[in-house]
Amino acid sequence: MGANDTATMTSVVGQSVLRKEDARFLTGTGQYTDDVSMPRQTYAYFLRSPHAHANIDSIDVAKAKQSPGVVDIFTGADLQGVNGLPCGWLITGTDGKPMNEPPHPVLAQGKVRYVGDAVALVIAESPAQAKDAAEQIVVDYDVLPSAVDSLDALADGAPQIHEQAPGNRCYTWALGDKAAVDAAFANAAHVTKIDIVNNRLIPNAIEPRAALAHYDRANDEYTLYVANQNPHVERLLMTAFVLGLPEHKVRVIAPDVGGGFGSKIYLYPEETAMVFASKKIHRPIKWAAERSESFLSDAHGRDHVTHAELALDKDGKFLAMRVHTTANMGAYLSTFASCIPTILYATLLAGQYTTPAIYCEVAAAFTNTAPVDAYRGAGRPEATYVVERIVSQAAMEMGIAQDEIRRRNFVREFPYQTPVALNYDIGDYEQTLDAAMEMADVAGFPARKAEAQKRGKLRGLGYAAYIEACGLAPSNIAGALGARAGLFEAGQVRVHPTGSVTVFTGSHSHGQGHETTFAQIVAGRLGVPVENVSVVHGDTGRIPFGMGTYGSRSLAVGGTAIVKALDKIVAKGKKIAAHLLEAAESDIEFRDGKFTVAGTDRSKAFAEIALSAYVPHNYPLGTLEPGLDETAFYDPTNFTYPAGTHICEVEIDPDTGVVDVVAFSACDDFGNIINPMIVEGQVHGGVAQGLGQALREQCVYDRDSGQLLTGSLMDYALPRADDVPSFNVATKVTPCTHNPLGAKGCGEAGAIGAPAAMMNAVMDALAPVGVTHFDMPASPYRVWNAIRAAHGHA
Amino acid sequence: MYAVEYQQPTNLADAASILASTGGRALAGGQSLVAAMKLRLSQPGTLVDLSLIPDLKGIRRNGDRLVIGAMAKHAEVASSDVVKAALPALAGLAEGIGDRQVRNMGTIGGSLANNDPAADWPAAVLACNATIRTNQRAIGAGEFFKGMFETALAPDEIVTAVDFPVVQRAAYAKFPNPASRFALVGVFVAQMGDGSVRVAVTGAAPSVFRATAIEDALAKSFTPVAAKGVKVGADGLNSDLHGSAEYRAHLISVMASRAVVAIA
Ligand SMILES: Cc1cc2nc3c(=O)[nH]c(=O)nc-3n(C[C@H](O)[C@H](O)[C@H](O)COP(=O)(O)OP(=O)(O)OC[C@H]3O[C@@H](n4cnc5c(N)ncnc54)[C@H](O)[C@@H]3O)c2cc1C
Repeated sequence: MGANDTATMTSVVGQSVLRKEDARFLTGTGQYTDDVSMPRQTYAYFLRSPHAHANIDSIDVAKAKQSPGVVDIFTGADLQGVNGLPCGWLITGTDGKPMNEPPHPVLAQGKVRYVGDAVALVIAESPAQAKDAAEQIVVDYDVLPSAVDSLDALADGAPQIHEQAPGNRCYTWALGDKAAVDAAFANAAHVTKIDIVNNRLIPNAIEPRAALAHYDRANDEYTLYVANQNPHVERLLMTAFVLGLPEHKVRVIAPDVGGGFGSKIYLYPEETAMVFASKKIHRPIKWAAERSESFLSDAHGRDHVTHAELALDKDGKFLAMRVHTTANMGAYLSTFASCIPTILYATLLAGQYTTPAIYCEVAAAFTNTAPVDAYRGAGRPEATYVVERIVSQAAMEMGIAQDEIRRRNFVREFPYQTPVALNYDIGDYEQTLDAAMEMADVAGFPARKAEAQKRGKLRGLGYAAYIEACGLAPSNIAGALGARAGLFEAGQVRVHPTGSVTVFTGSHSHGQGHETTFAQIVAGRLGVPVENVSVVHGDTGRIPFGMGTYGSRSLAVGGTAIVKALDKIVAKGKKIAAHLLEAAESDIEFRDGKFTVAGTDRSKAFAEIALSAYVPHNYPLGTLEPGLDETAFYDPTNFTYPAGTHICEVEIDPDTGVVDVVAFSACDDFGNIINPMIVEGQVHGGVAQGLGQALREQCVYDRDSGQLLTGSLMDYALPRADDVPSFNVATKVTPCTHNPLGAKGCGEAGAIGAPAAMMNAVMDALAPVGVTHFDMPASPYRVWNAIRAAHGHA
Repeated sequence: MYAVEYQQPTNLADAASILASTGGRALAGGQSLVAAMKLRLSQPGTLVDLSLIPDLKGIRRNGDRLVIGAMAKHAEVASSDVVKAALPALAGLAEGIGDRQVRNMGTIGGSLANNDPAADWPAAVLACNATIRTNQRAIGAGEFFKGMFETALAPDEIVTAVDFPVVQRAAYAKFPNPASRFALVGVFVAQMGDGSVRVAVTGAAPSVFRATAIEDALAKSFTPVAAKGVKVGADGLNSDLHGSAEYRAHLISVMASRAVVAIA
């Protein structure tokens, strides 16, 4: 933005404007996919595999087709000409070969590979009739042995899941200078080692996945409503890679979406099969997942098994880090699965520290489980967990205070090139650490611990000084790393003749509050009321293009695209104003919603300029087009690097193993902030999810049968409102250096910092009883077991 | 859910005869039954809604007895002044069931007829030695609970009320399952009118049972330490993702001691 325009930005930017979208959400008038209905609509039900691994000897749908209300039934045989679902990121292995990419059929082709794998699409006049008919389908399964655990799948003699992936290996990939790391370890004064599991999670968006597919014969066009975070990506993948449809003949609309957390980024089999079938039956088809289907078939998150070693000198300076991780990909490669445990993980292992040498090797395994892909934080929580757990443990082993060991290793000079590819542009890690320590009243902790001890309780304090790479992503860098897509964003600003504004963004809001934040940016820049700005998102029919929302990219990338479009609006407005005010364009200043001839009181209001653009009676038509509607595409030059310190205080009841999070303080640096209330809400949500991972949630498949044991909320311990404490959150600002908003992103930080802070607090609390490590979640049972094990019980 | 016939009789006799003639199922709050039907795990041909039958409603004190109608909702019990005066532990137990929505629909009769191994009510009924009244007979607590999801009820038998003795003092300590918040282990401790102590445990085993070792310890010394000192055996206890049999055994003593703390 122009320097002389910044003054107006401050008026509404930085204010906690109440969310414009909340009126409809709170009054139940939001329009989610399942709220949309079409004439002659039919209903889909997906018959899913009850087995983890089986050959399909035959499928008989004859009887089911006679079931009342059935319109049609599709199985893999009907989709033989259709390609499999693509993976959007190519990882090249240490052997120089591309990863193994076995086909991901839309409906099972002769084999099922996880419980929940879609076998048939049943379409009927009602959802109940579709389900009734599905029960009449006879599938003859030849059940095979299965492997659900990544280590089991990679072991010799494991059942072969895909022909195209020998030994169930997707890839072995590495990053960093192994020789330098080995040399540093050889000279280390101290080495800390840790074996950790990053527990597998099941995303639970409040709105289950849903779709409504329609084929319009008159225009040979498809419309797909789908609960999705990036409709253009969905369309591109589905048309170009799977169904072979012309992109311009398919409109994808992601209307109100009730949460995603990553799980709605991907192109899934269900909506793909429905688009295909909609043309066959010439009727719209609707589907909404039941909660149990979501558990089985939404892409899961995390699931890493890691061994890590940290080499330190005698003063606790980090010399090198060595990490080996086995990552579970699930049965098929989901859309971005391959890049999560590599590009978004190993690159973050420097954390906030100057560790000079880092080497990370990742083995990715196919298993008989639901596909695993990005889930809030995606790779970065896993990296933060490794770094902050091992740093904490090293501090304990060496008798260095937790803050002190971090201070001794902080990156202090920027830009900073890490040994794992990233270049941090700016940050101030000591500032967020100091602030978090004050917020957490670290000074008063010993007294609180002593008081708790009197009550027979164990108190602990845990730190996580995290960093994340957000604002995905510079397309050229991503491309060089294997991305099969660009990662820019598009924004369009349409000023209407009366001066109100519609903004079209390629970002997608499914809880983030774009309609407010983006409106603030526009209102602040153009000097119009926030109410006069509407934000449109989630519709390939209305928006130029978009890469969607994930990786905390919306503001840093999508918001910047809007700023670039605003630049063009203001530039054109100056030309129009110069004409009307009979002044040189270079003398026109724009501030507070007015175009003014510098140094005079002659000015035109923004609305007058807008009107003139559309009623060009007195207008430089020879040199300037009418209208005031500008589009910009923005491709970032670097990632953004939000960072901060989270400090957690827990109190453990050794009799029951219950961990009570008594305080959680987070001081984050997200760069400049447009709406503090929304940012705070994002941190709260992220920390709540982080608490879920640290203390409660765990996806468990039965190791023998491959059945999902945590298939409902009866067994999958999602946190509830009264499980989370009142958070203490604050921000510090070092503005991002390479986007005009100075924004870094805030959507994932909570989920990234919280698990490590919480588990470090648990280990601190349990140190006196001799516990050094056990894996998440720190559920009462596991805590009790850890205490018992430390006391010498089995 | 499969299609189902729905009936709403207004008196007990009609309800019983519809149940007998259709082989249908009684519907109380639907908080267990409807969920099972939605998952297609339960497929009754006919639902006999008990909500319009006056005889099944209400909570009243009868001298040294507290009688809770089968259709009394958990929320009604939790907020009932009669219950709070006579047997406040029952109000506390009811307040700890599920969430507000569940408490506003679920009933004591439905919970007992269902006999979920992790349900809360069975612990109170067994510890207090309450009597379950049906349209056919009165069943003592000791005979009522037969096993996991099994009771002494005949298919067309309807629970009409639960008749509690007003015990001297009592408390319920529940350790919730971290996911479902049903009882991973729930211990109800009651000191009866004659001073004897009864302790019933839910959640830990396939069905509610009396922890006689803890009863004996508390009979000798009614103190938290006495309860906590009892080493409960893990044999026959449930073991799952949320807790092994050993953990549950351990929690029985811990929760019993907490119930004693709450009483004292
Ligand atoms: C989210 C959730 C959380 C819950 N948490 C808890 C908890 O923490 N603790 C707990 O104890 N319970 C919990 N429950 C269960 C709840 O208490 C139910 O209310 C109870 O199990 C069943 O009562 P109901 O009135 O809903 O019965 P229904 O679901 O209507 O019926 C259950 C069974 O009892 C039969 N039945 C009902 N009434 C009678 C009668 N008068 N005579 C004979 N048979 C009858 C029915 O035919 C059916 O077989 C929870 C339920 C939900 C949905």
